[in-house]
Amino acid sequence: MEITVEAIVFLVFSAITLGGALQVVLTRNLFHAALYLMLSLFGVAGLFVLLTAPFLAGAQVVIYIGAITILIIFAIMLTPQVTRVLKVHHTQWPVALALAALLFVGLVWTQTPLADELGADGWSADFTVEDPADVPADSLTDLGKSLVDPERYMLPFEAASLLLMAALIGAVLLVNRPDDNPDAEAAPAAGARPDQSG
Amino acid sequence: MTDTLVDIGLSHDLAVLIAKLVGVFVVATCGLLWTLFGIWLERKVSGRLQDRLGPNRVGPFGLFQTLADTIKILLKEDLVPDGADRWLFNLAPVLSTFSVLLLWVVIPFSAGWIGTDLSIGVLYLLAAGSLGMVATLMAGWGSNNKYALLGAFRAVAQLISYEVPMVLAMLVPVLMTGSMSLQAIVEGQYIAYGLAIPLTVFIFLASSLAEIGRAPFDLLEAESELVAGFHIEYSGMKFGLFYVAEFLHAFTVGVLATVLFLGGWRIPFVSAQDTPALLGFGSLLIKSLLVYLVIMWVRTTLPRVRIDQILEFNWKFLVPLSLANLLVVALLWKIVPDTDQIASVNDALLPTLVLLTANILLIVVTSLILRERGRRERAHIAALYGPVDGAADAAPAGVGD
Amino acid sequence: MTLNEWIFVGLFLMAGWMLPVVPLLLGYWLAPRRPNPVKKQIYECGVQTVGSAWVQFRAQYYVFALVFVAFDVELVFLFPWALAYNKLGLFALFEMAVFILLLVVALVYTWRKGALEWS
Repeated sequence: MEITVEAIVFLVFSAITLGGALQVVLTRNLFHAALYLMLSLFGVAGLFVLLTAPFLAGAQVVIYIGAITILIIFAIMLTPQVTRVLKVHHTQWPVALALAALLFVGLVWTQTPLADELGADGWSADFTVEDPADVPADSLTDLGKSLVDPERYMLPFEAASLLLMAALIGAVLLVNRPDDNPDAEAAPAAGARPDQSG
Repeated sequence: MTDTLVDIGLSHDLAVLIAKLVGVFVVATCGLLWTLFGIWLERKVSGRLQDRLGPNRVGPFGLFQTLADTIKILLKEDLVPDGADRWLFNLAPVLSTFSVLLLWVVIPFSAGWIGTDLSIGVLYLLAAGSLGMVATLMAGWGSNNKYALLGAFRAVAQLISYEVPMVLAMLVPVLMTGSMSLQAIVEGQYIAYGLAIPLTVFIFLASSLAEIGRAPFDLLEAESELVAGFHIEYSGMKFGLFYVAEFLHAFTVGVLATVLFLGGWRIPFVSAQDTPALLGFGSLLIKSLLVYLVIMWVRTTLPRVRIDQILEFNWKFLVPLSLANLLVVALLWKIVPDTDQIASVNDALLPTLVLLTANILLIVVTSLILRERGRRERAHIAALYGPVDGAADAAPAGVGD
Repeated sequence: MTLNEWIFVGLFLMAGWMLPVVPLLLGYWLAPRRPNPVKKQIYECGVQTVGSAWVQFRAQYYVFALVFVAFDVELVFLFPWALAYNKLGLFALFEMAVFILLLVVALVYTWRKGALEWS
């Protein structure tokens, strides 16, 4: 790889992303883990900028750092005495490792030029161009058009709204279960949900 | 500046880099220096509004009061409480100020006077704003104090809630301009958008007041219940930085309202190309200060509201209103012909008049609904606690049910 | 190159944070530091602090955060739509109205279920 400014910036943001992610797993303090998650997601936003996808970078920061990690922190605060966890139960890590490896191989298989050589059908959106510098200046407008174009992404777009609605109603149902103490019960059950809305 | 650097024998890329680096320091330093003057101005004006003198001892008209305060705060002992999360405790004030300075990167101060004209400018503003939220959480958590944590969480609950109507208001100028770049939004305002969409301006200002935690939404520092909110354990310069961030953010809101709704650096009846950069900057400054005056006025006049009222006011009033507002503007923008090729004051005249009429109608309808709700609310309270005297009319209408 | 507009942001991220740090460092050098156990106590209105600062929060915060996440995602979708609006037909408005109304239905549901009440 040629050493250009872009390459250096890429390496820096990759390091931020991976380092942050690693700390999320390694740190014992849940609050710190959430902050490291923010750092990691911020690194991803930087990578999006490098790919000349500034809108995705903005959306990444606004949604993931500004909303979902905040939601995670709120969920952390709902759990009683999480700082007191002294013993860490790490019994499931081989499974997690296997799944992560599988996902990695799968992504490489389907998303990289390697895919063509291996004979798999690479799946890519219409926006893909060879060189990031060739991204047209009005790609944002194009994105807006394609979101409401019945022949392109209209259906997923409306489905996203439906999903958001379902997430909201589900959350209300979880919190509003009758005859129990919402503070103690509802929150951990709802804690697993943030992914849905993203 | 780039040209000068190239002339003395630097490569073009390096020259650009140095020029931009200088720009970074100019923007950031001006931001911080402005607070020295701005805080004095704010104290003086709120003093006058409340029939006090305000600072008047240090220097002429008390002008050097902030300087004296800065020296005092620099020399104050800096305490870190027991059990504090040192790193987060120290990082929070820096991040808090930095997140506000980040906003200044995309603000067009005049034609060509802009840090960088990002194509996603408005979205960038939101992204930078969410970093401030993180700083608040860090401060609350790092202080190892119940009040700080409680204050931080209340603050964040308020910040995230009011972000929704604020963004919905910011979307309206984006829609009318067809661009997220702030410079494009300024240049697109042949007639200031604020004249066409006063309701949107109201929504933006109201939600921004909550975003900066100013009265009447300043309950994150409600002395009576939370002592001082998330920065209770801070002393010395660290507290100073929070103070600077708070002031600078409030002023930045004034600037943003000007850029988005009041034509930014444009001077009325002068085309964007004919505006000299310096005059444009002066125009922006005057308009921003006027908006800021309104913010101060509201702060010194209105009492603080409760947290339940704050959240209900947002979700049950501002959010539905701003959604309806966006749809109405979008509909009219499509119905009025040729809104997609406005290039002069004359082109903008018809859409402005139509939107203004629609806005007045919307405001009337909203007021009628609010009045009806308020009447029912009062009847409800009267049924519970006996008749209410006139003073209760001051309760914010439309919240609660 | 379209990345050019981001150089300034990158530089600001690298250099801008130093400006708030400068006054902090000044304070660090200038201010006296003579901590003692009493000074370092956590402030709690003049009494000794009882228990940890990590008190359990009410679930209400979480509901508001969830409602916010849903709306935030919607808002981000609205940006490209608003941006391209001048170049879209009336159909786009209809679609966005459906998109927004679905979420409004959810908001009304949340409201009616009383999840938006604070107390």
